[in-house]
Amino acid sequence: MTDTAAPLKLFVKKERIFPKRVWGKFRKIKWLSMVTLLGIYYLAPFIRWDRGPHAPDQAILIDMPARRAYFFFIEIWPQEVYYLTGLLILAAIGLFLVTSLLGRVWCGYACPQTVWTDLFVWVERIVQGDRAKRQRLYQAPWSFEKLWKLGLTHSAWLVIGMLTGGAWVFYFNDAPTLIEQIVHLDVPWSVLGWIIALTLSTYVMAGFAREQVCIYMCPYARFQSAMFDKDTLVIGYDELRGEQRGKHKKGESWEGRGHCIDCTACVQVCPVGIDIRDGLQMECIACGLCIDACNDIMHKLELPPDLIRYDTPHNQECRKEGKPEYFSLFRLRTFYYIAIMTVVGGAILFGLLNRSETELHVLHDRNPMFVQLSNGDIRNGYDIKILNKTQEDRIFSLSAEGLTGLTLKAQGAGELDAGSLLVFADSVGHFRVFAFAPKPETTRSDIRFVLQEKETEAREEYETLFVSGKQ
Amino acid sequence: MTKKQNEIDKISGVQTTGHEWDGIKELDNPMPRWWLIVFYLCIIWAIGYWVVYPAWPTLSGDGERGGTEGSQGWTQYKQLKEAQAEIVARKAVYQGRFDQASYAEIKEDPSLYAFALAGGKAAFGDNCATCHGTGGAGASGYPNLNDDDWLWGGDIDAIEQTLRYGVRSGHDEARFNEMPAFGSFMDTADIQAVADYVYAVAHGEALPEAGEAIFDEQCSVCHGSAGVGVQELGGPKLADAIWLYGGSKSDIVAQIRNPKHGIMPAWDGRLSDSTIRQLTVYVHSLGGGE
Ligand code: SF4
Ligand code: SF4
Repeated sequence: MTDTAAPLKLFVKKERIFPKRVWGKFRKIKWLSMVTLLGIYYLAPFIRWDRGPHAPDQAILIDMPARRAYFFFIEIWPQEVYYLTGLLILAAIGLFLVTSLLGRVWCGYACPQTVWTDLFVWVERIVQGDRAKRQRLYQAPWSFEKLWKLGLTHSAWLVIGMLTGGAWVFYFNDAPTLIEQIVHLDVPWSVLGWIIALTLSTYVMAGFAREQVCIYMCPYARFQSAMFDKDTLVIGYDELRGEQRGKHKKGESWEGRGHCIDCTACVQVCPVGIDIRDGLQMECIACGLCIDACNDIMHKLELPPDLIRYDTPHNQECRKEGKPEYFSLFRLRTFYYIAIMTVVGGAILFGLLNRSETELHVLHDRNPMFVQLSNGDIRNGYDIKILNKTQEDRIFSLSAEGLTGLTLKAQGAGELDAGSLLVFADSVGHFRVFAFAPKPETTRSDIRFVLQEKETEAREEYETLFVSGKQ
Repeated sequence: MTKKQNEIDKISGVQTTGHEWDGIKELDNPMPRWWLIVFYLCIIWAIGYWVVYPAWPTLSGDGERGGTEGSQGWTQYKQLKEAQAEIVARKAVYQGRFDQASYAEIKEDPSLYAFALAGGKAAFGDNCATCHGTGGAGASGYPNLNDDDWLWGGDIDAIEQTLRYGVRSGHDEARFNEMPAFGSFMDTADIQAVADYVYAVAHGEALPEAGEAIFDEQCSVCHGSAGVGVQELGGPKLADAIWLYGGSKSDIVAQIRNPKHGIMPAWDGRLSDSTIRQLTVYVHSLGGGE
């Protein structure tokens, strides 16, 4: 490096991007997906689902205090969170599958960061006007006009942020009750904390960070190239057809030149601020807005559309080499993904269909391990937990097998009988039980607790220990 | 070392600080703005903290404050007191009812029963576990509270009485008995004979005639005929599998010759009435209560 070289900048200051308004097919899809997704997000907590008198009737609810999660007909207890793990795996692999087939469609249309940023940009445009006006306002010195326009934009952003956080908390509380509390300004601190946190994060992320999140913060953006191959759809500028680019006067012939008139419409609409004509770039979220912008131009020039379009690298290559078009949905990796999803989905389904409505847990006393009684018999103590996952109160009878002369006695408030233990609906019955037996030959014996519902045939077993010597 | 100041780094165009380590020069970049903002916010926060909280140590030493007062009057000591008051208030919901209720009522009321067990368990760990073990299983010389053998009775009132006044504790109401040291006036052969008899009783073997006469004469007053025990006198049952000082023949002989006597302290006056009652319920719940 010579002394005269321009000094290198180690840090580049963030440049503000003012995406221009655009119409077209992909913009329509984006509006549609925004409305649908936000609609689901805001309305889902209000869907009701009757589960009987003992359980909440909210279709989707994560009930933290009661430690239950509800999703329509599914109810999950804390020890069953592996269903959630399965669901997350399904979601992740599903995302991988879609990415390997269609590229970054998630990023362009469905990612919350994209959806809310889109919404915020829309608000910005309504208040401050389109790209050129916004740019001018941004550079203008402070004035009354700038003040009220920016003030209005930011207030609107904060309101949207508040609604975002406000909707979030409904997933964790009974929605109608919470609405009433909010109306009466009688909101629990936990709820208020979440609303504040999500208001601020929405405001900062969608208002300021925007594409920076996709470029610098999003982990998925970092590793999704691993799902890409040459048959994955990406946004591409048709160089063959576009170059040599250059200005074009009306009526001029297109002979000997490309179809791109270098109008930069595709650059102005891009929400991440790149020029797609430089080739596929890591920043591109495949939102398709540049396609809409360019197709508009092509339409005006009466040229065929799709100078910029969704295409696969493989197909681009084929075209360059003059070979026929080539698309392939099914590759080895898509099969892998589908296979994994089938296995995991099947496992979840199997688990849900075979989900037991009763569980028995037995914990042997450790202090003391056993007690010798005056007639020489041995007594062991156990903590018994009976999980009743149904919505009805049930009566169980508990017995034990595996040793001669083994008997049980339940201990607790009131007169308890191991032969009829009442466990309330959707709850855990906790009992203390003593097992008695004449001193066995061995110092520890395997015994089995058997739980039987009185009315039905439901039966659960639990293997445990009966200790009778050597503390 | 010569200090080169105002040197401009060629690559980045930034002035260096003049510090150099092994040929590496430190650039004099300004602090990042976000860093400065956080730093200034911390300073503002600290100043606010001085004002709001007790911050500067003073020598007031009144136990409530160790420093300047702070605009909110907040101290850790006060916070502790409030937290304790909250616990007391939470307990009070049950405490009043518990103090009024009889043992029978407590046993029938799940919330009171749970309250008694929780309090009793804590008090047991603090006061009783030293001798009887954390699980109440006892040890040689210290009765197992889990089993069904009770020296002075295992129903709930008997347990309360023992807890309250102790055994050989010196309290006026204390349980008291003492086995004479037969070694000082009985010859070895007789002691051996009685020991054989006691061993046979405990193990359900044929009773030797020699010991029986001596036992009836010397021991049955307290231990009952054939060793069935006399709880009113605290005479241990001998015809069972449970031994306080060991059940081997030599243990029995030793106990006859020169008996050991344990002492259980009286908790009356040392623990609150309510705590003693909670302990009673807890000990009774261990499984051996009659
Ligand atoms: S280059 Fe096109 S597809 Fe990519 S982010 Fe920009 S506008 Fe969207
Ligand atoms: S919008 Fe189309 S024509 Fe205009 S610069 Fe972009 S690629 Fe070229």
